Amino acid sequence: MELITTAHNGPSGIAAERLNEAECQSNFCEMHTPLEENAARVEAERCYFCFDAPCTEACPTGIDIPGFIRMIANGNAVGAAGLILEENIMGGTCARACPVETLCEGVCVRNQGDDRPVTIGLLQRFAVDEALQEGTGFFSRSEQTGKSVGVVGAGPAGFSCAHRLAVLGHDVVVYEARAKSGGLNEYGLAAYKMLDGFAQKEAEFITSLGGIEIVHDTILGRDVTVQELQKRHDAVFLGIGLGGGNSLGIPGEEAEGVADAVAFIDGLRQADHLSAVPVGRRVVVIGGGMTAIDAAVQAKLLGAEEVTIAYRRGADAMKASIVEQEFAKIRGVLIRYWAQPGAVILEDGRVVGVEFQPTGNSDAGEKFVIPADMVLKAIGQGSHFERAESAGSFEAVSGRLVVDQERRTSCSGIWAGGDCIAGGDDLTVSAVQDGKVAANSIHRALSLQAG
Amino acid sequence: MNDLKSNFAGIESPNPFWLASAPPTDKAYNVNRAFEAGWGGVVWKTLGEEGPPIVNVSGPRYEALHGKDRSVIGFNNIELITDRPLQLNLQEIAQVKKDWPDRALVVSLMVPCQETAWKSILTQVEDTGADGLELNFGCPHGMSERGMGAAVGQVPDYVEMVTGWCKEYSRLPVIVKLTPNVTNIRQPAQAAKKGGADAVSLINTINSVMSVDLDSLSINPTIDAMGTHGGYCGPAVKPIALHMVSDIGRDPQCEGLPISAIGGISNWRDAAEFLLLGAGNVQVCTAAMTHGFKIVDDMIDGLSRFMKEKGFASVSDIVGQAIPSLTDWQHLNLNYTVKAQIDQELCIKCGRCHIVCEDTSHQAIHARHNGERRYEVNEEECVGCNLCVTVCPVENCLTLRKLENEVDVRTGQRVSPAEKLQWTRHPNNPMANADP
Repeated sequence: MELITTAHNGPSGIAAERLNEAECQSNFCEMHTPLEENAARVEAERCYFCFDAPCTEACPTGIDIPGFIRMIANGNAVGAAGLILEENIMGGTCARACPVETLCEGVCVRNQGDDRPVTIGLLQRFAVDEALQEGTGFFSRSEQTGKSVGVVGAGPAGFSCAHRLAVLGHDVVVYEARAKSGGLNEYGLAAYKMLDGFAQKEAEFITSLGGIEIVHDTILGRDVTVQELQKRHDAVFLGIGLGGGNSLGIPGEEAEGVADAVAFIDGLRQADHLSAVPVGRRVVVIGGGMTAIDAAVQAKLLGAEEVTIAYRRGADAMKASIVEQEFAKIRGVLIRYWAQPGAVILEDGRVVGVEFQPTGNSDAGEKFVIPADMVLKAIGQGSHFERAESAGSFEAVSGRLVVDQERRTSCSGIWAGGDCIAGGDDLTVSAVQDGKVAANSIHRALSLQAG
Repeated sequence: MNDLKSNFAGIESPNPFWLASAPPTDKAYNVNRAFEAGWGGVVWKTLGEEGPPIVNVSGPRYEALHGKDRSVIGFNNIELITDRPLQLNLQEIAQVKKDWPDRALVVSLMVPCQETAWKSILTQVEDTGADGLELNFGCPHGMSERGMGAAVGQVPDYVEMVTGWCKEYSRLPVIVKLTPNVTNIRQPAQAAKKGGADAVSLINTINSVMSVDLDSLSINPTIDAMGTHGGYCGPAVKPIALHMVSDIGRDPQCEGLPISAIGGISNWRDAAEFLLLGAGNVQVCTAAMTHGFKIVDDMIDGLSRFMKEKGFASVSDIVGQAIPSLTDWQHLNLNYTVKAQIDQELCIKCGRCHIVCEDTSHQAIHARHNGERRYEVNEEECVGCNLCVTVCPVENCLTLRKLENEVDVRTGQRVSPAEKLQWTRHPNNPMANADP
């Protein structure tokens, strides 16, 4: 890890160029240094090749982890990538973005005693990166079925579903609201996790299979309806993610310096120059999930001088893992636990701080103010499914679609997956699994129709 | 520190650690450095007869088998005997011996199988003041194509004949270095003894082809797209060397014949094992070639502490102590019964014991207990084979439990190891006899 460049005595308020472009680029370095070939082999040799491996059980997509690691150990990284992509077509993104400490690496038997887990995420990244570099064609399409499936959303769920369906011989049309494919991979993950335009590279790899048409700038409910899709296609998959951020419901929230963390990251990801992204001198991020961490760390890397994450409960309750919390702290982010926001304090309409009420054991404590000129809300996103005209005909919980084991919604012929379904964990890897499971289910349904 | 003084076949050295005849002992520069580092003796790299010097390849002459961590497990070479002029070697030997009078300096020799050739070189070596001779009947590559080295060691009659000449024309102790590339190592050892050898040393290197380059599809090491078999050594050959050394050590016909052990000795533990199985001293090459001469510090200190702990007053007290524990299969106690046991506290639940037992052995380790990931031995199937212990990554997690006066649930038989039952007397043996 490079030493982070920090800004000093910059202008108050929200401003661009707190650091120059070179400093920003240097700050947004790799979160984890990728493995070189020899290091990958040495690390791969640490794998015990467990029977019924816990890592595979912990992987939402069920990747044969000991299997692919053994291939790396034996100098067959491309074969390893084949094994990974077979179960998880976004193995490259997941290797970068998965909270591995709570999934595969968290259950690695080498955690026992004083040992450390096999770095499964880095090994997966090594294999997939090697393979994508070689441009190996792992997949070919089965004989065309003549069936057509409409997929809404070009994010992890939609692309995973589309790819599997295309492999199985169906034609897929993906309707995407944004100008680029990738969903949160492109617009939502922290920039330092997805350097060098990886989301687009992966999208190109996925669509290079053929049989996947993408229609961009097409919003469900505005440009196309579910009913229309049902008429056009033999099946429909909804991978539409979530909409705008939830509101805090506190005074001052509407002020200019208060923004959604998701929107802040989105803007940052799409910026041509990182230094051009405006950021506060003092930033308060409210929330306890990965979005809070990503927003806070990136604000710091852009040159914010003081960045505080305020969370209303303790470290253990945070959705961001301890590892992620440490990651943020090492980069100079302060985490205030047990702090419930009460009001955004304004002066002349400008944000100057956030008032907090202590919670938990310190419930009786006095209110305190954290000075801030920018406040980022990372307290979850709401459903935007209501936009679909026929929303009422779907069974939903808190605006999230209810699906069965096969990711079938309550409406016949419509499947769904990713963040828009109920009971999910908001992970890329789970969205990929949803898309895969749904595609297999759709394939079975269409095959029965054909028969 | 315990006294490690060694007397091997009449050759004295301050410790039993010698460097084997090989590249590390090719010239005075290296040997001086070895003695400075503390080695007890060296066997000077093999001298050939007078004449145009030997020519070595100028391409790679070594290749290794690497472990996971790139440690050298096995090592192979196609180097020939010394390629330096005979007279230069003899001068240096004389000087080094003069400079290091307390160290053992043995000279390795290899000349054609002619009495005159041997007679000529023997006189010259004796004039250097060297302490002994080692006859190189082991080198398996290159020189053997010319009728020397292993080509001699593989024919017991030749071994006896040449040894006889050396004893006749030299007053120096004669150590005969044996090749392991034979079916029965006792035969050349017995031949050496018959020829009058003062000792044998073994093993020389094993015939080997190290690897094939999967890009060029030619063997490694490659000399201009061609290669040849080489001599294999290093830690990987130690078990083979231990077997051969101990086989001679327990051969009644070789009784009293000192053995200088060679073969994968890398540290004091290896050395102690060879001494326990009958070696009088040890020779080292690969470990030095992979780590330098300094390794002798650990060998000296470690062996000394081991001797103190076990109550051995001198190196010679160690020699052969483990020989009585080595026997033929037919004499093993078939009433001795063990079962695998898993320490659940230590178990990290990798399941390797289960899968190897399930796939390749006796289906004696269960993988789940009430749906939970938990590995348990099924004693009804366990034959105590040790495979699970071998693959378990956690030390002392899987061990073998000795059954003592209890019923083996696999056989239903009560086990009483005190009542020895050998195959020679086993009821299932049609050839069984009453005498053990």
